Amino acid sequence: MPRQAKRPQGSESGALLDIRNLRIEATVYPPGEDPRDIVIVDDVSLTLTKGKVLGLIGESGAGKSTIGLSSMGYGRGGVRITGGQVILNGRDILKGGQKGFRQLRGREVCYVAQSAAAAFNPAHRLMRQVIEASLKHGVFSRAEAEKRAIALFKELSLPDPEHIGDRYPHQVSGGQLQRVMTAMALCSKPDLIVFDEPTTALDVTTQIDVLAAIKKAIRDTGVAALYITHDLAVVAQVADDIMVLRHGKKVEKGDTRQIIKEPREQYTGALVSVHEIPHEEHKPAEPILSVKNVTAAYGGGQVKVLKNVSVDLSAGQTLAVVGESGSGKSTLARAITGLLPPMEGSIVFDGRPLPPRLGDRKKNDLRELQMIYQMADVAMNPRQTVGTIIGRPIQFYFGLKGRKRDEMVRELLDKIEMGSGFFDRYPAELSGGQKQRVCIARALAAKPKLIICDEVTSALDPLVANGILKLLLNLQQEENVAYLFITHDLATVKSIADSIAVMYRGSVVRYGPRSEVLTPPFDAYTDLLLSSVPEMEIGWLEKAISGRRMESAGN
Amino acid sequence: MKSPLLKLVAQRVGLSVILLFAVSLLIFVGTQILPGDVAQSILGQSATPEAVANLRESLGLNQPAYLRYLEWLGGLLTGHLGNALSNGLPIGPELWQRLKNTLFLAFWAAAISVPLSTVLGLIAVRHKNGFIDKMISATTLLTISLPDFFIGYLLIYFVAVKLGWFTSVSTVFDGMPFLQRMNAIVLPATALTLVVLAQMMRMTRAAILNVMQSAYVETAQLKGLSQFEIIWHHAFPNSIAPIINVIMLNLAYLVVGVVVIEVIFVYPGMGQYLVDHVAKRDVPVVQDCGLIFAAVYIGLNMLADIFAILSNPRLRHPK
Repeated sequence: MPRQAKRPQGSESGALLDIRNLRIEATVYPPGEDPRDIVIVDDVSLTLTKGKVLGLIGESGAGKSTIGLSSMGYGRGGVRITGGQVILNGRDILKGGQKGFRQLRGREVCYVAQSAAAAFNPAHRLMRQVIEASLKHGVFSRAEAEKRAIALFKELSLPDPEHIGDRYPHQVSGGQLQRVMTAMALCSKPDLIVFDEPTTALDVTTQIDVLAAIKKAIRDTGVAALYITHDLAVVAQVADDIMVLRHGKKVEKGDTRQIIKEPREQYTGALVSVHEIPHEEHKPAEPILSVKNVTAAYGGGQVKVLKNVSVDLSAGQTLAVVGESGSGKSTLARAITGLLPPMEGSIVFDGRPLPPRLGDRKKNDLRELQMIYQMADVAMNPRQTVGTIIGRPIQFYFGLKGRKRDEMVRELLDKIEMGSGFFDRYPAELSGGQKQRVCIARALAAKPKLIICDEVTSALDPLVANGILKLLLNLQQEENVAYLFITHDLATVKSIADSIAVMYRGSVVRYGPRSEVLTPPFDAYTDLLLSSVPEMEIGWLEKAISGRRMESAGN
Repeated sequence: MKSPLLKLVAQRVGLSVILLFAVSLLIFVGTQILPGDVAQSILGQSATPEAVANLRESLGLNQPAYLRYLEWLGGLLTGHLGNALSNGLPIGPELWQRLKNTLFLAFWAAAISVPLSTVLGLIAVRHKNGFIDKMISATTLLTISLPDFFIGYLLIYFVAVKLGWFTSVSTVFDGMPFLQRMNAIVLPATALTLVVLAQMMRMTRAAILNVMQSAYVETAQLKGLSQFEIIWHHAFPNSIAPIINVIMLNLAYLVVGVVVIEVIFVYPGMGQYLVDHVAKRDVPVVQDCGLIFAAVYIGLNMLADIFAILSNPRLRHPK
């Protein structure tokens, strides 16, 4: 086995990657129409020198992943590179064909995917997968590769670096898996790593650890990186330069400080200030919902997921429930809606105790308490039109039919700022934000007093999420509806909540009006949670890590 | 290893045993409601009512049904398969001989068809939607679409009669030299292979293609692995469960569904034995054959389930 595979050296200018006038197209097959070609990336050029990190930022559909993967000659889902050059280490890789691509993938360029949990093969041990590319390309012998992998596990602060490679992917937590994937990318000593939203699927407290590990590994190994994300605050921590993309075109490019402090384009400015929503905090008033000492468990009392939880929500106000995955916040929603009857405690709604079981509740109880979900597209029947979806609760709760019902649907469509033109559309024809708006309209159609919003903006791009939050606040003023807002995103909470409950391992660790909850002194967990939210500031990451009082749960 | 794995496997085995008992009951009831009377058919046209009554008495046909069932079941559990009604000889030795023949034929048909279909499936995935894929699909679909007796006669006509390579009569007997025996079963084994090939190959192809959509296959592609390495190392291990299921169903077919092929090639297997004795109203033989077929079916399906459980790394290596 050859010890070192031959590799061309970088061009004289020092540019490792030079993408010129890249154009990428794909064929789409819209239902009921002829297939047509669409342009995904249009005339994008970028250069990356050795050891530098370039952030690619934009909302979904901006073409950032597509550009990143083009550096490996890979088109996901049948997209085609139809123009331009991708010059890597001094040669245009697009001329190399499949064989050329295979030689550079895993050798010169490696990839770190968004969901490491899905990107690892469940059938093989981690070590085998980590060293696979190094063996394939003949970079190291098996023993050398394993030694390097263990060193990288150490570098990335993984627990038990000597033996973690013997585990299977399902035996390792999400945050650890993401770091193992980074080690996998680094193992064959590539020149360039494409990080494709590597921390997006993680909890905020885990994200900060992974981010720090990635940053350290990049610095210590001197590898160059394309860092793709939709979160400007995250990329500001690791990137030297940032390129902002929208609809497959470059918006602007500059060094990190310039982009976040002095954005030239309006769109960049909107991304920078995305979390700022003006909202005056309301003082606590008469509660519409009182959760009193609720304890709930799965498996017939085996696994307690809610422990003695008590919170109040005032009418017409917003209570934000925050915590990381597994903290019990969605279970609280299930207890309130009656899907998981509590073992102990009571739930008082609008002055009357609610029956614990969903089946025992009256139609009016159901009507006054509505829900909106994280995944808008799976919460709607894909074979029903928007009109039918929104009209259904009107018919069910108020018995209205025909023209009267349609009229109300149109009013609701106006309220969610979509307009009655969407009446006959199907969910598949809507964007992510529009789908969530339809779900909001469906909840409002029942004229509820309380809506439980379960991570309603988590699956959306920041700017779209921002629009949804503004809409929710407007609707709250108009309809005087209360929100129980479940989220892991503290930035959202800061902008829209009136009161906040912080949950940790099934208990409420901090609860009160927003201004009080967010004012020090903090308990250790709230401190960790608050200090883990990335801020749009260079050097925030190092400050946050050094100032921590508590290890995150994912570690 | 104190793991959920053992429990799951034990559950599957337990269920299979219960199922086998239920089937034995069903077979017994089924044979009881068969039309016709054994004594009558043994004695033929000349039977007097007295002779029929005597024979019924001596055959134990006058006992209540549940007693006869328990007697049969007890005999099976102690290894006594009973005597055939038609000739009074013990069923055991004859049945064992037939079963060995059937398993011999099934084994060699499986030994060819299982690897062949899996490899063809892998090749089809490698050349997805290309000419080779379409050729494989078309050929295997053609062979599965032809009835098995037709394939049998085609082989006899071309290979045995026209070319004269192998004999069309696959009679085997005790003490036959191995090579001669192999020579005898070439044609029936080929016919069986052609019959079962298509389904296993299509399933292999579909199961792997399904896995080829996964993110970890993309990871493998981005490591620069070749298409065949990706299919073999990354896709195949994750699609074993559905493939094994279909393989086991086809193996079961090789044992219990080969009556037609046996008759065409005059092969002394279980199928022929069963059919002969149904015609003779020989209830004990029919019951025993039925139960053995059921046991093969249940056993192979149990194996498929156990393999599926074992192929799941989440169960094999709990957290």
